[in-house]
Amino acid sequence: MLLCPAFADVDPVFATTDPELAERDGIKRFHVLPDANRDEPRRAAVCFAASLRLVLRVQPKMLITTGALPGLFCLIAARFMGARTVWVDSIANSDQPSLSGRVARLFAHEWFTQWAHLAGAGRRYDGALL
Amino acid sequence: MILLTVGTQLPFDRLVEIVDRLAPTLPEPIFAQVGHCQYRPINMEWQPFVGPIEFEQRIEDCSYLISHAGIGTFVMAQKHCKPMILFPRLAVLNEHRNDHQLATVRVLEGRPGVYIAHDEDDLVRLTAERHPAPNPVDPLPDRDRLRGAIAKLIDTERRRLLRF
Repeated sequence: MLLCPAFADVDPVFATTDPELAERDGIKRFHVLPDANRDEPRRAAVCFAASLRLVLRVQPKMLITTGALPGLFCLIAARFMGARTVWVDSIANSDQPSLSGRVARLFAHEWFTQWAHLAGAGRRYDGALL
Repeated sequence: MILLTVGTQLPFDRLVEIVDRLAPTLPEPIFAQVGHCQYRPINMEWQPFVGPIEFEQRIEDCSYLISHAGIGTFVMAQKHCKPMILFPRLAVLNEHRNDHQLATVRVLEGRPGVYIAHDEDDLVRLTAERHPAPNPVDPLPDRDRLRGAIAKLIDTERRRLLRF
């Protein structure tokens, strides 16, 4: 939600794992994805299928995500459908990029870290949300 | 009311136990959101989980927060100008996969309204102090910079699409 001012000129569709978050932040156009993490492969598979369906339905021209696993699934699906894709790695990862983030590097057009010392080839640092 | 939260993903019994021990010595009651913790508090009101809307209301109503060093809680406390005591999880105690919460508190330490505790002694000391509410956040140049970079990418893509 801290990124929202960047979307002022467009009318984005949001995807969240918790509809109450969208309600809290006053977001009207949103879709709900099942949550998943790497420790629960079955839920991850369900989430991947749902992400694929969602991206097929929304047909985004551009996809921006801060992760984590559901965001990665959507990014991969959107990339294969020709969308411009942007990954913003979580600020929680200061030692190395998150696992989802490392996979996302293979697919994202633009890849941001929020730590200056993690910047490098293909890892762009351009400020941080905190 | 003091709000204690350990987030929703992982247990953090060490923090909940310490705060439960301190609760009778504090001048205000505590509400604790304890997530997957095994430990059941006896000196404070608690729930495992609270929905985002009720949680935001509880932040609005509290005098300050005691929290694991989670980004989500930090952002909400900052939004409502609430002081917070952050208590980072440690990987060596299996409180998280790695020590990223230590890195988080290193970045946030020194910000107005942010206090860092690493053990019970720190918490005893910090809960004995008064915590004035921090002012609304000053402009954060790094935050504006990242927003600007993303906005520029969106604009570039939009122009490209319009040309076709």
